[in-house]
Amino acid sequence: MNLLLFGITLLVAGGSAALLARRSSWLGAGSAVLGCAAGLIGAVRALAAGASESWRLAWEIPGGSFAVELDALSAFFLIPILGLSALAAIYGVGYLDSWRGKKALGPVWFFTNTLIASMAMVVIARNGLLFLVAWEVMALASFFLVGFEHEKPAVREAAWVYFVAGHFGTAFLIVFFLLLGREAGSLDFEGFDRVAPAMSAPLFLMALVGFGTKAGFMPLHVWLPDAHPAAPSHVSALMSGVMIKTGIYGLVRALTFLGAPPPWWGWTLIGVGLVSGVLGVLFALAQHDLKRLLAYHSVENIGIIALGAGVGVLGQAAGSPALAFFGWAGALLHVVNHALFKGLLFLGAGSVLHATGTREMDHLGGLLKRMPVTGVTFLIGAAAISGLPPLNGFVSEFLILLGAFSGACSKSASTAVPVLVTIGGLALISGLAAACFTKAFGVVFLGEPRGEHAHHAHEAGLAMRIPMVLLAAACFAVGLLAPAVLRFMAPAVKQVSGVDFAGSPSSRPAIAWGAAAFLTVVGGLALVRRRLLAGRTVGETVTWDCGYARPGPRMQYTSSSFAQPLTDLFATFLRTRRTQSPPSGYFPRNASYATETPDVCREGLFRNAFLGGAWVLGKLGWLQQGRVHLYVLYIALTLLALLMWSLR
Amino acid sequence: MSLLIESAMVLLVLTNLTLLGLSRLRSCIRVVAVQGIVLGLLPLAAHADDLAPRIILLAGGTVALKGFVFPWMLLRALRVANVRHEVEPIVGYTLSIVIGIAGFGMSLWVGSRLTIPGAAAPPLVLPVALFTILVGLFVIVSRRKALTQVLGYLVLENGMYAFGIVLVGEIPMLVELGVLLDVFVAVLVMGIAIYHISREYDHIDVDELDALRG
Repeated sequence: MNLLLFGITLLVAGGSAALLARRSSWLGAGSAVLGCAAGLIGAVRALAAGASESWRLAWEIPGGSFAVELDALSAFFLIPILGLSALAAIYGVGYLDSWRGKKALGPVWFFTNTLIASMAMVVIARNGLLFLVAWEVMALASFFLVGFEHEKPAVREAAWVYFVAGHFGTAFLIVFFLLLGREAGSLDFEGFDRVAPAMSAPLFLMALVGFGTKAGFMPLHVWLPDAHPAAPSHVSALMSGVMIKTGIYGLVRALTFLGAPPPWWGWTLIGVGLVSGVLGVLFALAQHDLKRLLAYHSVENIGIIALGAGVGVLGQAAGSPALAFFGWAGALLHVVNHALFKGLLFLGAGSVLHATGTREMDHLGGLLKRMPVTGVTFLIGAAAISGLPPLNGFVSEFLILLGAFSGACSKSASTAVPVLVTIGGLALISGLAAACFTKAFGVVFLGEPRGEHAHHAHEAGLAMRIPMVLLAAACFAVGLLAPAVLRFMAPAVKQVSGVDFAGSPSSRPAIAWGAAAFLTVVGGLALVRRRLLAGRTVGETVTWDCGYARPGPRMQYTSSSFAQPLTDLFATFLRTRRTQSPPSGYFPRNASYATETPDVCREGLFRNAFLGGAWVLGKLGWLQQGRVHLYVLYIALTLLALLMWSLR
Repeated sequence: MSLLIESAMVLLVLTNLTLLGLSRLRSCIRVVAVQGIVLGLLPLAAHADDLAPRIILLAGGTVALKGFVFPWMLLRALRVANVRHEVEPIVGYTLSIVIGIAGFGMSLWVGSRLTIPGAAAPPLVLPVALFTILVGLFVIVSRRKALTQVLGYLVLENGMYAFGIVLVGEIPMLVELGVLLDVFVAVLVMGIAIYHISREYDHIDVDELDALRG
């Protein structure tokens, strides 16, 4: 606890100093790494000990108190937050280097460190007011980071959309905490579990919308695909890897207040997870901006986490320990896993952007030869996010499936049906994710360069390579050491699901054995290949020839053409816009084809809602005459009316 | 003692009604100055039995600020701004007085309904304080010149001051000084703003300042 608070203080102090300092990168990143390391040690110790520590200071503000606690759940969320933050800070030193002299970097480090510190505060806060303050500081810090390149109009718009979405969610959270506080008589978390059962359903929905906006559940995810590409890449990694997980943390924490869950909470979570997961990956498939694609994958993975949580809640409601344990274990482990591989992928995308200056996948290609470290680590991340063994993504999805299968045999339809839907949905999501990352990796890293951008690409610097290699190694480590990891995180799972780890099914070690066997086979095959090629000459030729006399890079599959079979299949959801002038005549010239897949929720739902709101409010425009007299008159009349009304 | 307070209250009502009926800016400022002096002396009347030094200090400070410093600053702004010395009301003088009397009636009604816990106030204080606040608001709403707006805010603050000084009695000195300081700064800023507005736009007519509306 002391170490953690020290770390947070160090982060804030370092960030503030970076604001003034000349060599802000080293100061900001150094303090971030040291602060995260200190906090990380504290969190790992707390989770290993399984005991909770709390600390409290009085606060002047009514209803507020500076109450913090480090229990298993907080410690569990702190580990990915601080770990990924430290790596992203190291990466940021290299990434921001190209802006040095052109832009003030002090503010970036100030806001980065503030973001990290506020995420840690969100997770350990034990008072509603303190939580909301930390939550808003987090939103503001990330808002300013998204707006880093504010001279571009698209970036400004993304930042504003994020800002509005953040406030939309916070509005629900304020009501959520006020209602809880009214029930409990104080805004401290301690009393929140005394909520009347009648209030728990509206509170659950409030938490689902409020925290779901930050997490990026499907109709509320609209800020994600804009904000993640707009932010600097190490910030995208932070936001997508861990910041949206604070939404998941909030939801999980809220569930611990609300008592025994009814089954429909599980159904709701499974429904939300299914929509987010399937639509998220479908929209990812249709994108041709690399970072936007990754942003949609965040929506998908949040969906998978929600599926796991839904299975866990269903298990709690049905009184099935296996269902509850595996559901929650899968969901929580996926939080960490997503932080690892999504962090890795965003850092990789950042390296590509840094080297080529474009995020447009159709201008890239052939980068594996030019950027081997980035390419290989990106491949590892891509395999992990697709849920392929022996990597970490497989383990968490496997846990959720394991739980779901144990529930599928249950006799009651109210458990079996949603669980079966989960199994089907998860399989579909994983399959589509694999297809999507085949596309992303294939188009960006394989083949031949499609444009000038990719020709002159160069490998990223050391500060950028180290975090990527470490994250890739962590993906392997979690995959191979799954039983140990599960045992380590057992206190957190117990706190959420109420199920102890003691009854350990025998299949868990088998995951690790299977993974180890797989790796052995792959390694053996590589050795055999080496032996066979030992005495021979190995030649290189063009990747893709197809019998043409003069094949050119423009003949390769583009990202849209690669994904077309799948996007056509799901055209009902995607509503891809095509602008084309197909070749015609015997000697065709000047043909063109372009696709764009705008977000259906944003275009259909939110645009209309906001236009409607603007229309209604526009009708009230006559009230605004621009005269001070009239405004004072409004105020005076309102006050008088209220006075008369209260005295009547 | 009660006689003193009540005559002060009557003076307040009269200055309020006079302010509504006056057409020249200079006279308006003088009336508000008189009102300020009356108000400044009010604590002396309210605590006539035990005159603590802090009450004398407070009274002296209030009289000096409201009775002399503010009017002097406003008169100076008026001189510097070099505008027509008419009030230019949106609502006419006679109608203003009629509305003022109606407002006084309403204040009396509200005063009879409103009970202030823990204070045995002289009967007229509450309605008159409310009336003064209402007149301040009305002056802000119904007069065009920026300078009359400042006068409106001053009268509004006078109302609140009367309300506090007699009813609550034991407001900490620091709060009172804070309020005085606030108004002082406000009048200063407004005086300067009026001067600059008139220099930029050749008028201090608030009606013309609506270019900023959406």
